[in-house]
Amino acid sequence: MAYFLQQFVNGLTLGAVYGLIAIGYTMVYGIIGMINFAHGEIYMIGAFIAMIAFAVLGVAGVASVPMALIVVLLLAIVFTAAYGWTVERLAYRPLRGSFRLAPLISAIGMSIFLQNYVQLLQGARVKAMGPLFRGGFVLMEDEGFRVTLSYLQLFIIVLTVALMAGFTLLIQRTALGRAQRACEQDQKMAALCGINVDRTISLTFVLGAGLAAVAGLMSTLYYGVIDFFIGFLVGLKAFTAAVLGGIGSLPGAMLGGVLIGLIEAFWAAYFDAAYKDVAAFSILILVLIFRPTGLLGRPQVEKV
Amino acid sequence: MTVAVADVPAVPPDLLTVAHLSMRFGGLLAVDDLSFVARAGQITALIGPNGAGKTTVFNCITGFYRPTAGHIALERGDRSFDLDQLSGHRIARDAGVARTFQNIRLFPRMTVLENLLVAQHAKLMRASAFSLAGLLGLKGFREAEARAMSLAEDWLTRLGLVHVADRECGTLAYGIQRKIEIARAMCTEPCLLCLDEPAAGLNPRETAELSRLITSIRGEFGIGVLLIEHDMGLVMGISDRIVVLDHGACIAEGKPAEIRNNPAVIRAYLGEEDPRAGPGSTDAPGAGDGA
Repeated sequence: MAYFLQQFVNGLTLGAVYGLIAIGYTMVYGIIGMINFAHGEIYMIGAFIAMIAFAVLGVAGVASVPMALIVVLLLAIVFTAAYGWTVERLAYRPLRGSFRLAPLISAIGMSIFLQNYVQLLQGARVKAMGPLFRGGFVLMEDEGFRVTLSYLQLFIIVLTVALMAGFTLLIQRTALGRAQRACEQDQKMAALCGINVDRTISLTFVLGAGLAAVAGLMSTLYYGVIDFFIGFLVGLKAFTAAVLGGIGSLPGAMLGGVLIGLIEAFWAAYFDAAYKDVAAFSILILVLIFRPTGLLGRPQVEKV
Repeated sequence: MTVAVADVPAVPPDLLTVAHLSMRFGGLLAVDDLSFVARAGQITALIGPNGAGKTTVFNCITGFYRPTAGHIALERGDRSFDLDQLSGHRIARDAGVARTFQNIRLFPRMTVLENLLVAQHAKLMRASAFSLAGLLGLKGFREAEARAMSLAEDWLTRLGLVHVADRECGTLAYGIQRKIEIARAMCTEPCLLCLDEPAAGLNPRETAELSRLITSIRGEFGIGVLLIEHDMGLVMGISDRIVVLDHGACIAEGKPAEIRNNPAVIRAYLGEEDPRAGPGSTDAPGAGDGA
C-alpha cells in the first residue's frame, strides 16, 4: 500500500509535466489542425533557459530560493514564448493555405533544427544542477517504508493545478479564449467577427510555449540533468497524452498527461522500468485503434 | 475646417461603391464589370437567377476573394476603406461590414450568448489588454464585458431568444439559427449588413417576421443593408433599390416597381425561347407580390 501510494505521488508529478506540454499540442492541433512536432524541443529550450537563468542568478548571488524560482519562471516563460512565436512565424505561417502535409514536414525540420541548434550552442554533454529543494512531508510509514511527498513534488503539482485552472478560465471566460475557440471552429467566420486570426494563432503558440517552459523548469528541478535531446521522448509522451485525452480537448490533455504519468510510474514500479516507454506508447497505439477520438474528444459526426 | 451637417441630403450618402468589379475563376467570369452603390439607411437587394454571381459579389465585399479587377470602396463616417485591399478581420473590425451566410455559419459548439460575444471581440480585446486584465478582473474590462453582455441581451430579447441563450448553437432549430446569425452580425455594430438569402428554408410566418426585422434594422440603426434573396415577395416588399445580375453583369437597377416590369429582368428569369412560360414561377420578380 505504501509502495503504491509512493508510486502514485511520483506518477502524478510526472503526469503534471506531461499535462502541461500536452496542452500545447492539443491547442495548436485544435486551432490549425496540425501536430506541432517541434513542441518537445520548445520544452527542451525552456529547460535550458531555466538552467541558464539559475546559473546566472547563482553568480549574481541571489540566495533566496522563492525569489530565484519566480525570476527563473518568468524568464523561462518569456524567452520560451518568444521561441514559440518565432517558430510559428518562420516555419508555419508561410505554409498556411499550402497542402496539409507541408507544415507537418516543416515542424519535423524545425524539431531537428532546434535540437542541433542547442547542441551547437550548449554542447552535447549532459548539464547538471544541484537540488534546490530538499526534504518533504512524510505521508505515512509502513514496515520501514516511508511515503514522502517532497516539497518539490508538491510545488510541481500545485503549480500545475494552478496553471491549468487559470488556463481553463482563460479559454472559457476571456475574449482571447473565445476568439481561440471561434478560430478553431471556423476561421473565416472568426475573421468576419473582427478577430485577427493570424494573431490568435500566434498567441496560441505563445501560450503553449509558455506552459512548456514551466514544464521545462520543473523537469530541470526534478531530475537535475538536462541535455539537448530530452525534448524528443518527453514531447512524444506528451503527444501521446494529448491523443489519449482526445486531441483538441483541453481537459483531455490534462487528464491524458496525468494518466500517462501514472501508467509510466506504475509500470516502472511493478514490471520492468526499462520498458516503461513501451507501456506509454502501447497506450498510444491502443487508443488510436479502439478510441481514436480519445477519452474526452468529440467524435466527428458527419452530417448528411 | 468644419462642415455644417445641418442640410440633410434628399438622397442618403453612398455607403458602398462597387466599381467595375470583375472576378474570374479560371475560364469562368463569375462577375463581369459590375458597378453599383448601396446607400446608408436603405435596403439594396441583389437578385438574379442561380449562378448569376450574387454570392461571389458578397465574397469579394467581405474579403473572401480578391477581385480580379475593379474596386470596392466603403465610406464609414469620414473614413474611407478599400475593401478589395483590406484583410478579412479589418473589413469586419474597421470598415464595419457584417455578413450572414446562405448555409448558416454560426460557431456550432459555442452557446448562443458566446456567439454574440465573439462578434464583439475587437472592443473586448482592446478593453481587456489581450485578456490580461480579463483574467485579473480589472474594472475597465468588467465594464466593457458588461456592455457587451447587455448588447447581446438586447438582441436576444428583441428576437425572443433569451430562453436559448445558454444552448449550443449547433443543437438549435434552423429558423432560430438564422435569427441568431443576424443578431451576431448586428452585434459587430456594422455600418453595412450583408444578408445572403436570409429567408432560405424559412416558412411564411418566419419570412414575415424576418422582413419586419430587416426593416426595423434599417429604420432604427440607419445602416445599409445588402440583401441577396430569391423570395420575391420579400425583396419587392422591403427593398429600396434592386440590382439585377445575370451571368455576372448588371442587367437592371432601380426601384422595385421599375424592376418588376423590366423586360430584360423577366427575360433573364423566364427565358426567351419558351413562349408558354407564364408568370407561374414564384422565382420571377412579377410573382409573389401578395406574400
